[in-house]
Formats: sequence, C-alpha cells, structure tokens
Amino acid sequence: MQGSLVDAFARQGVSRRSFLKYCATLASMMALPPVAGRAMAEAMAAARRPSVIWLPFQECTGCTESITRSHSPTIEGMIFDMISLDYQETLMAAAGHQAEAARLNAMQDNAGKYLLIVDGSIPLGRDGAYSCIGGRSNVEMLKEAAQGAAAVVAVGSCAAFGGIPRANPNPTGAVSVSDIVKDKPIVNIPGCPPIPVVMTGVLAHYLTFGSLPELDAKGRPKAFFGETIHDRCYRRPFYDQGKFAKTFDDEGARNGWCLFELGCKGPVTHNACATAKWNGGTSWPVESGHGCLGCSEPDFWDAGGFYKALSLPADPLGIAGAAAVAGAAVGVGIGFANRAKQGAAKSAHETTTLADLEK
Amino acid sequence: MTDLQFLTWVRGPGLDIAVGIFLLGVLWRLFEIYSLGRSKDLSAPRRTPGASGLHTVFRRSLPPPGMLKCSPVSYLGGYIFHIGLAIVVFGFAPHILLIRNLTGLSWPALPSQFVDLAAVVTMAAMTVMLADRINKPAKRFLSTFEDWFTWAATFLPVLTGWMAVQHLLLPYTAMLALHILSVEILLIVLPFTKLFHAFTLFGSRWYNGKVNGHRGVPV
Repeated sequence: MQGSLVDAFARQGVSRRSFLKYCATLASMMALPPVAGRAMAEAMAAARRPSVIWLPFQECTGCTESITRSHSPTIEGMIFDMISLDYQETLMAAAGHQAEAARLNAMQDNAGKYLLIVDGSIPLGRDGAYSCIGGRSNVEMLKEAAQGAAAVVAVGSCAAFGGIPRANPNPTGAVSVSDIVKDKPIVNIPGCPPIPVVMTGVLAHYLTFGSLPELDAKGRPKAFFGETIHDRCYRRPFYDQGKFAKTFDDEGARNGWCLFELGCKGPVTHNACATAKWNGGTSWPVESGHGCLGCSEPDFWDAGGFYKALSLPADPLGIAGAAAVAGAAVGVGIGFANRAKQGAAKSAHETTTLADLEK
Repeated sequence: MTDLQFLTWVRGPGLDIAVGIFLLGVLWRLFEIYSLGRSKDLSAPRRTPGASGLHTVFRRSLPPPGMLKCSPVSYLGGYIFHIGLAIVVFGFAPHILLIRNLTGLSWPALPSQFVDLAAVVTMAAMTVMLADRINKPAKRFLSTFEDWFTWAATFLPVLTGWMAVQHLLLPYTAMLALHILSVEILLIVLPFTKLFHAFTLFGSRWYNGKVNGHRGVPV
C-alpha cells in the first residue's frame, strides 16, 4: 500500500501498521466486514482527495475542535490529509475575499461532486441576519453550496437538529440543515460535539464506497447511532439491580452505580460514547461520573433538565394545586345541591321508585 | 414532533394536565360521595359477632364459600393482577423516583427482573380475565362499554411499560412516551369510571358492613 497519505502519516510518526489498524477499527465500528478495513485503507491511501467545503454557521467551533484536537497526534485530524478541504474558516490560511473566492472556485470546479460539511444551525429570523459571513446570510450560503454538492454532512447537533441555538425560545429562528436542504442526501452526525471517530468513519465510508452509510430515521449513521447509551453502558447492571447513585459524592457514586437518578439521559440517547469513548479511548461522560446529557438527540437542551431523572416531571406541576381546590369546591357544591334535593324530597314525602335506583 | 419532544411533552404539560384532572376528579367525587349521607337508622342495633364495617372490609376480600370453585378465574385472576399491578407500580425504581418527587415518600425498589416478571404475570392474568369475560355468557351480558374501556386503560400502561423496558416494536424513547401517555389517560379516566374503586373500595365495604351489621347480618 503506497500513496501520499501513507507518506504523510509516516512523516508524522504514524506507521503504516497503525494506519491499517485504525482502518480496521473504523470498519469494525461501522459493522462492516473485516475486508472493508483493507478496502478503506487502500481507498484512503489512494487519496482521490475529493473536494470538501466546510461551512460553519451558528456554532461554537466545538465540532472542529473535537475532530482536530481529539488527541495528539490524531489520525482523525489527519483525515484532512485525504480530502481536499477547500474551505474551512477555522483551519484555512486564507481570509476575507480570498477565502470566499476559494469557496466559489471549489464549488465551480467540482460542481456536483464535492462534499458539503456544515456545522452550526441556520438562523432564519430577521431574514437570516443573525449570522452572516462576508455579508451573506447562512441560509443563502447553504442553499447555494448545497445546489452543487454530492451530499451534505451535518456535523454536530446544531447542524443536524438546530442544537442549542434552537433551544427554547429560539431567539434567532434557528433550524437544521435538513429543514433547508430537501433534495440532497444528508447525513446527520449529531453530538455536542460529535465523536471524532464517527465523523471520520462517515468520511472514510464515503471515500471507500462512494456512498453514504446506512442511516436511521433521524438521518444518523446506524453503525454509530443504532443503540442507546444505556444499552451499551458498563453501569447497566447496576440499573437492573436497582443500585443508583443519589448524589455525585455518595457511596453509590463512588461505587460506580447507575446515574439514572442523577438525570442520566442514556436510555433515550443514541450515540457511540459507551463503545467508542473519548480522548483516544480514555473515558466518556458516564465513566467519569456524570450522566449523559443526551446531546445527540433533537432538542436535548429542552428535554426537562440535565439533572432530572427521565421518570420525573419535565416541568413543575402548575395546575395541580388549583385543580385540587377546584375539584373539592365542585364536590362540596354538588354535595350541598344533593342535600337540598334530599331535603326537598323529604318534605314533599316523595317515594323512591325502581327507576330512581336504576339511575 | 420527534420522539424526545413527544416524551418531554408527556413528562411536562401532559403530566400536568393529567394530574390536574385526576386531582380535580378524585376530590370532586370523594366530596360528592361522602357528603351524600343517609338518614339515621332509628331502630335498635342487633349485635351479632362478625357483623361490622371493619369485618366486611376484610371479609369481602375473600371469596364466599363455594364461589372460588364456581368462578376461579374471577378470584384468582383478580388477585394475581391486582398484586402484580401493585408490584409493578410501587416496586419499579423509576416509579418510586416519581412518587418521591411528587410526594416525598420513598422506599427501596425491587430488582427490575422481578418487576419484569410481575408485569408479564399481570398481563397474562388480565388477558385470561378478558377471555373469560368474553366467553362466559353471563359476564358478557353484564359487561358494558365501560368494562372493556377500563380494562384497556389498565392494560395499556403495563403493556407499553413492559415493551419499553424490553425494547419491543418502537424505539425506547417513543415507547416510554406512549407508556407515560397511557398512564396519563388512566389518571384522567380513573375518577370518572369504575376504576374509582381504588378510592371508594374500603369506604363502601365499611358502609355496607355497617348498615348490615346494624341489622345483625354479617356480610
């Protein structure tokens, strides 16, 4: 196996063997047959270098940080060596008009073939004026760039589902990529941020097979989002045994018991954290003692609070007290009415008929 | 609306509405029923051993002589599904957590596998009882829409809860949301249907026992 990518890796201290191992890991994580690892390695090494345009919209750059700084040196970060990243504001040297020119050139030269990566939500409020690049609104840029794209990858929960900008009351009118782009294949890679290996896995799949991986109903790659955190969680046996940490520093927490009562959203969150882990496989939120926030699900920010268990009310009960008082009042009122009726019947010497008993 | 939004709605506004209607209905009906009263029985009470309100409260939990053989499904099935429901509702950790949140009361949870078994047994007993109600001409004749409806309203929360835990048919999030929704429907209909026996059971037994006890009849 030869190629510029392999040479580039060698220069950065990543051996051919490590690269092959990485590709095999990617293939197995995506539930592909073992031979796919080899195919991925060859395809990536061949460095077809498809053009990729990365548009950052209403976002925090956390997704870019996640993929470029996962650990050092990072093979995930080097994925950029196998694509031609023609526009990425955070990483590119060009600025201002030069940057915009690079984007337009890439779009023209690779029309219909380039991969469009989007991170950040798209604000629609005030004609999109909440987020502009080079004087143009995000929604305008997205529509333009999506037209010539082969496929769109929505990286991060903001691009995939609207994320934090879309949280109630959504002051900017933020929407997801799939709310705007309707006629192109879209892969959602949600997470706040997404797991680096998931991003590279999707790119590697696209480079190797020229197609997007199998997606679930929310447009997420099934290989990584097919199961819930809860189902793959190493603390799951404690849930089944009814052993829960009640606070973050009690005996249960120290014993590594289930964090369900502390608000863990693992049961309703589809992601690969429990298996792929973070920071080069060091740990992941639940392993470090904090419940899952559910960041890869739509509207996780408004799902009733991070520290409230799933079986608890999402909001405080508002009408319960008033309803109880109203119920008691109605009951007492009807009680008085019944008493009056009884009294009237008694003084009128009414008799009870069979029909009365049938009432 | 996504699954998680649906779940958040049933945990939020949905629960608020359901608990509100439940409390309204329960207090309404309790005040209404207990304020009805009856005219005072002026006759001298006939004292007979075993004839009192308290006796009847317990005695009505046991089948009268010969009835167990005559209608085993009603008695055994009834016992099994009521006890099963109690285990599922009050023994499952997430349920206890909700009760603690709403009332401040809590107790140790049962292992989830045991609760799972109780749910299956409960559903089996309820299904057998439904089949019996359909098969026995007398029971079928006496059944009204309310009987079928309340059966479904009781059965669905158990079924959806069990399916959510077992990850059957729908994704967990959607099934959990359906489970909570079905419980909310149960809460809403409970005060206004025969399910209200959960509140009036012992009171009405006491009442009947007392009236009959006054006449010297141990029922």
